[in-house]
Amino acid sequence: MTEIAKKRPEFRNINAFKDLTTYRMTAAAWTSILHRASGAIMFLLLPLVIWFFDTSVSSEVSYERFTAAFASGIGFVPGWLLKLVSLGLIWGYLHHMFAGIRHLIMDIDHHAVNNQFGKASGLTVISLAIVLTLLLGAKLFGLY
Amino acid sequence: MTDYGNKRTIVGAHYGMRDWLSQRVTAVLMVLFTIALIAQVLLKKGPIGYDLWAGIFAAQWMKFVTFTVILALAYHAWVGVRNIWMDYIKPAGLRLVLEVFTIVWLLGCVGWGVQVLWRL
Repeated sequence: MTEIAKKRPEFRNINAFKDLTTYRMTAAAWTSILHRASGAIMFLLLPLVIWFFDTSVSSEVSYERFTAAFASGIGFVPGWLLKLVSLGLIWGYLHHMFAGIRHLIMDIDHHAVNNQFGKASGLTVISLAIVLTLLLGAKLFGLY
Repeated sequence: MTDYGNKRTIVGAHYGMRDWLSQRVTAVLMVLFTIALIAQVLLKKGPIGYDLWAGIFAAQWMKFVTFTVILALAYHAWVGVRNIWMDYIKPAGLRLVLEVFTIVWLLGCVGWGVQVLWRL
């Protein structure tokens, strides 16, 4: 390499409010950042998930406490908030899983790695997760 | 590839291979577990109460599988969360603190989950 490498532009101090909002995010980009965000949310709420597991399977008494927490709240947390957080977890799990399967498809079949598939599958992942979340959310909040 | 001594390979590919592959293997395990769990809930007859729900996890094969999935989840989350820290957190000290927090958080959850599972 005799040629002096061209200095690549560096972008630092990206302002989350001023700069990030100007990004034109494609469907694939939204799928990707939501994959990461949903993973981070589930990581932070993991103790809550284990608490759900603990109270729901340990005994009939704890099972009553589990269902009562959703119906009438527990401690300082009202029932609707617990339902809302659970709904967030449900969305996170669905989006993360569908986005992961999308990754696996691209890993297995490299012909799937192109703009068309990236956009179509990205939109599929995002909408499938939202639609299923709304359906399960309606059930959770007792709409049917 | 030599990975010891003064002839060890210190550049090039394969360093991320283990994380990359384990994240996919653990992901597939969790998807299969999800399908198996949903199938059991849907196939049981009658309203879902304590007996039915706890009965699913009380089966020995289910404990066997759930135990593995809890470990898979923790490893999967470790790889993913560590990636987040490596992308956004540049100061080495802060990154170390967050990585230690991640390990403590995940190990605590694994211990708790396994305890619940094994006393059923």
